[in-house]
Amino acid sequence: MTELWEGLTRAIQLIISFDPEVMEIAGRSLAISATSCSLAALISLPLGGLIHFSHFPGKRLLISIIQTLFSVPTVLIGLLVFVLFSRAGPIGGLNLMFTPAVMVIGQVILIIPLMLGLILSALRGVDKGVAETAISLGASRLQAGILTLREARYAVLTAVIMGFGRAVSEVGLALMVGGNIKGFTRTLTTAISLETSKGDIELALALGITLLFIALIVNVALNRFQQR
Amino acid sequence: MALLKTVNLGQKYGERYVLKDVNLEVDRGDVFALIGPTGAGKTTLIRLLDLLETPASGRIYIDGVDVTCSGGYRLAIRRRMALVQQKPVVFDMSVYENVACGLRWRHEKSEAIRQKVEAALELVAMADYKSRNARTLSGGETQRVAIARALVTQPEVLFLDEPTANLDPVSVSKIEEVLAHIIGQQKTTIVMATHDMSQGQRLAGRIGVLIDGEILQLDSPSEIFTSPKSREVAQFVGVDNILAGVVVAKDNGLVTTEVSGYRLQSISDFGLGEEVYVLIRPEDITLTLSKDIGSARNTFLGRITKMTPLGPLVRIEVDCGFPLLALITKRSAQELGLTVGGEVYANFKTTAIRTIKRWR
Ligand SMILES: Nc1ncnc2c1ncn2[C@@H]1O[C@H](COP(=O)(O)OP(=O)(O)OP(=O)(O)O)[C@@H](O)[C@H]1O
Ligand SMILES: [Mg+2]
Repeated sequence: MTELWEGLTRAIQLIISFDPEVMEIAGRSLAISATSCSLAALISLPLGGLIHFSHFPGKRLLISIIQTLFSVPTVLIGLLVFVLFSRAGPIGGLNLMFTPAVMVIGQVILIIPLMLGLILSALRGVDKGVAETAISLGASRLQAGILTLREARYAVLTAVIMGFGRAVSEVGLALMVGGNIKGFTRTLTTAISLETSKGDIELALALGITLLFIALIVNVALNRFQQR
Repeated sequence: MALLKTVNLGQKYGERYVLKDVNLEVDRGDVFALIGPTGAGKTTLIRLLDLLETPASGRIYIDGVDVTCSGGYRLAIRRRMALVQQKPVVFDMSVYENVACGLRWRHEKSEAIRQKVEAALELVAMADYKSRNARTLSGGETQRVAIARALVTQPEVLFLDEPTANLDPVSVSKIEEVLAHIIGQQKTTIVMATHDMSQGQRLAGRIGVLIDGEILQLDSPSEIFTSPKSREVAQFVGVDNILAGVVVAKDNGLVTTEVSGYRLQSISDFGLGEEVYVLIRPEDITLTLSKDIGSARNTFLGRITKMTPLGPLVRIEVDCGFPLLALITKRSAQELGLTVGGEVYANFKTTAIRTIKRWR
């Protein structure tokens, strides 16, 4: 119990003093996850619009598959990316293994189903009359689609934030394909797991609190936006 | 050439035809009203004309060009038209932005957009609301925004689907004022659907009566109102007294028709022996307690069988040997002391009767 208390006070000291190691790891975590989140959003937004507005056989099945992938284990994606990018793998020649780039790729694959699924349900929540009214007022199909996304903006933003949350908090994938290389691919989650196993509970706690703090800021910002 | 023309236009949902063989022509500058009871297919027809649906059969021509299925042109053609839907959906943004949407989609310059949007909001008396989120407006205000949003694009054809349904009388007259202004000043071609017969009469130059998916009559409002060509149309336009009879006497335009053994006099030029319908609007019948009434040549004694209050009016069914329905003010019903079972004289002028040929 005292260990936890001491850990907590030291952790807060580390954060208040802007400890360079903590800041560096937090910054990298943020950068990698924000990149994956943006890329995933860039793919999911148009893809979601396309799926929502088109009619094809198997649409429902596709949506069920997407929803099933919400809970795909991160280590499974890690394994997939590992097989693809390792030396012997089909695109091993790119030499991306154990780089932030491959971590981003893995996270994009990991969070697209979640983001896409939530965007689809956000779009379903918009009155059908919106797109139709837009069409009747001279919108092209693309313009009507953009308007519909805009109408669902709060739910769409929530989808993107959920994607970010999943990316920033996962550890299995980052460990497997990033390798937890100090100063290069070490992120908050991989560092927490390493420091804990090394017995440096204070540092692990400081990193954990930082992670929570990031989550808090993101959520406060989201609430602010939704209340406008 | 007609701006808008349909040939045998039909639509079905599932196996059920909701529109059958609609043949219409609307010229540039016309104000055309579709009237008909609920479920008749008015909205469906308007949606077809606005190219929001593709018809099951028939063709649509705009400016003589067949646009029934022309895929790629549909957007360009749709941009020449605008629709105010029966239940308008406003977007979750300011009133100003709602009205600006159509112009933005047409890539107009921002200065032009500002001027046009402000003028349109001015026209519907919604300028003070421009920064409000449109979702917070009342029904009547929403309707006016929807009209502004359609008008701002200066459409060649404006479709109005029940522009005043479910509104209070004050909002209705405000909206009708706006529409009358558009009709008078901008000469926009308008196709409107309404189940309010009198609104069609007030605003339209031509009326099509749509019942059960079929256009039963296409005429000027006064013709539709006074000379319905079928029982369905007659009933819909409020001619509640439709009496089958035979012409039995004729004297200089004054025609006597026998209805259930009673003789009714009217002005028309049907020949002896012709089978006709005698149409009398209920509001043209006056009720009195004595037989003495100046100019009404038709006077029949009857017994009141039913009285139904209708706002300030009362609908009174009288059995004179043949059924008659009269509409009088509550006040005069009280003054006459009318009660169910009581006797009363029903009077109507020869000029109040319309005699038309029997349809079937
Ligand atoms: N998408 C649809 N699927 C199935 N049936 C439909 C559909 N749209 C309309 N209908 C049916 O078609 C018929 C005509 O409907 P429509 O909305 O055109 O009537 P309307 O004349 O506009 O009626 P109202 O005065 O109530 O607005 C109705 O019986 C309606 O239930
Ligand atoms: Mg309708």
